[in-house]
Amino acid sequence: MSRFFKAEISGSDILNSDICLLSLKPHAEYEHPLPGQFYMLQAIGCYDPLLKRPFSIFSIKNNNLSFLFRVRGKATKILSSLKKGEVIDVIGPLGNSYPEPGSDFVAVAGGVGVASLYNLIEKYSCRAHFFYGAKTKDELVLLDKISSLAKELTIVTQDCSCGLEGVVTDACADAICIPDSALNGLPVYACGPNPMLKALHSRLSGKGIKCYVSLEEHMACGVGACLGCVVKGINEYKRVCKEGPVFSMDEIQW
Amino acid sequence: MVNLSVKIGRLELPNPVMTASGTFGYGQEYSEFFDIERLGAIVVKGLSYVPKQGNPPPRIAETPAGMLNAIGLQNIGVDRFIAEKLPHLRTLDLKVIANFFGDSIVEYVKAAEALTDSGGVHALEMNISCPNKQAGWIVFGTNPDAMREVVTAVRKATDLPLIVKLSPNVTDIGMMAKVAEDCGADAVSLINTITGMCIDTKTRRSKIANVTGGLSGPAIRPIAVRMVWEVNKSVMIPIIGMGGIMTAQDALEFIIAGASAVSVGTANFINPVAAIEIISGIESYLLEHGIADINEIIGSLKT
Ligand SMILES: Cc1cc2nc3c(=O)[nH]c(=O)nc-3n(C[C@H](O)[C@H](O)[C@H](O)COP(=O)(O)OP(=O)(O)OC[C@H]3O[C@@H](n4cnc5c(N)ncnc54)[C@H](O)[C@@H]3O)c2cc1C
Ligand SMILES: Cc1cc2nc3c(=O)[nH]c(=O)nc-3n(C[C@H](O)[C@H](O)[C@H](O)COP(=O)(O)O)c2cc1C
Ligand code: FES
Repeated sequence: MSRFFKAEISGSDILNSDICLLSLKPHAEYEHPLPGQFYMLQAIGCYDPLLKRPFSIFSIKNNNLSFLFRVRGKATKILSSLKKGEVIDVIGPLGNSYPEPGSDFVAVAGGVGVASLYNLIEKYSCRAHFFYGAKTKDELVLLDKISSLAKELTIVTQDCSCGLEGVVTDACADAICIPDSALNGLPVYACGPNPMLKALHSRLSGKGIKCYVSLEEHMACGVGACLGCVVKGINEYKRVCKEGPVFSMDEIQW
Repeated sequence: MVNLSVKIGRLELPNPVMTASGTFGYGQEYSEFFDIERLGAIVVKGLSYVPKQGNPPPRIAETPAGMLNAIGLQNIGVDRFIAEKLPHLRTLDLKVIANFFGDSIVEYVKAAEALTDSGGVHALEMNISCPNKQAGWIVFGTNPDAMREVVTAVRKATDLPLIVKLSPNVTDIGMMAKVAEDCGADAVSLINTITGMCIDTKTRRSKIANVTGGLSGPAIRPIAVRMVWEVNKSVMIPIIGMGGIMTAQDALEFIIAGASAVSVGTANFINPVAAIEIISGIESYLLEHGIADINEIIGSLKT
């Protein structure tokens, strides 16, 4: 069972606003991923883009691995335009995973950050107080599924086109910090753009809340060899692909 | 059967394919993908006497058919390498080449001595593409006098086969190779990355925090092949060629240009079993062309 294998596109859907849901059928036996782990994906046979790109596991069903990603540049554009039956290169599952929530938990997703948390709420269904934020309504995807998997779903958009108005970190922190909140003391799992995670840190740090964040950095190898993907930890640089992508919030220098 | 074994000075390799420093860690990360004992040799991540934190992120950016990196030579230091990584490498039937560097001549010498005394390192590769902190930040490998001084000092400090890894950021790489040879190097390896930059036009910032980085990958291959050819004309010592090798065909270009062995770097990131595929590809090439021994084609470029 190798973590380097070929897989065939078994489904590809463009959801709203440039978000693609890609399903892969591995050609060989594969290692089962844990929520929070990621894969390096690449269309075969081209040197431009040269490097594989990291994507969180979104879901595993009927021996299909699926990924949810936003089309941003060259590689994601190519991946989103592959046809059923085409074969790509895959390395994974890689990195660590979200620690198992012992109880109900809070999940905070910013934009396509929902990709990595989806697998967690699927595995621990009806236990997540899920806060899902985006700039605007069009960027929110799979709301029906998320709402059926979560214990409670709070939607936040910056332009107030859906759910609460504002940023998801404030909505979540406000809900945790009100007196006698049922959410106070629950572990928090977050994934989204860096500024969002930074904002979450400034709202929640020092409050005794266990908070896990999934981070992104540019990657070359994905397996810990190149030292290209580091983030600043408290005492030393940490590799997102190896020590991460999931970090306890207080391990990181924000 | 064909003969794939080559000699780099006194160092005998079972085949001419090794992994390039900084792209293969200390071997552990890739052992799950293939049996690393099949490699000609492993060249470990660059080591310094004093551990280094490296540069702030972002450290890498992709460019057309290449990548820029400014890792900043982050490494665990010679002592921890010897204590934590070498014991496992020693148990393998694998030639271990320790790549090392320093901020000053004293640091180069200390690192070379410690690695020589460690037992378990088969050869040293000195990376001279770094600046001398004690002498105006001149990059050792781009100034013939600075290079002569540091290679001479290291040569005195070790009796292991010594490979000098040349910087391509020079006008006349053949001349630099000659300096290494004159100072007693057993071999030269080339090329290290080519200094480059890429800018995010939206933010008008460099895409890597260090501003400049080293370019590697297929984009640099034609330059690397040309440099191997030039060095082959100017020195007698063996050459280890590298720069953008992705396939056996690429590796053979270097060998025909004059390299006795090759290193696979960036390709490992894209295809974790690239090195193994290259070894078997070279073997098939020899069989197909009725060549009994790889040594017959080293430097066999027809002009
Ligand atoms: C562990 C991990 C898991 C990820 N999971 C997902 C996911 O599930 N869904 C998803 O949509 N995206 C995910 N990403 C981000 C994704 O890897 C990038 O969006 C992708 O690499 C962009 O490639 P590109 O060639 O299309 O864009 P490029 O042309 O390379 O770049 C376009 C823009 O994306 C940024 N970018 C490029 N690579 C990365 C990267 N590795 N991390 C962050 N930003 C990057 C660039 O700075 C640039 O602004 C993840 C990243 C990491 C590190
Ligand atoms: C991420 C990365 C890290 C590297 N680190 C080192 C290093 O520590 N010491 C060194 O001598 N060369 C280092 N190199 C240079 C490579 O060993 C090699 O010379 C160069 O990348 C060209 O080969 P390639 O195109 O096959 O990668 C590094 C290259 C990369 C891409
Ligand atoms: S991507 Fe190479 S070490 Fe993380």
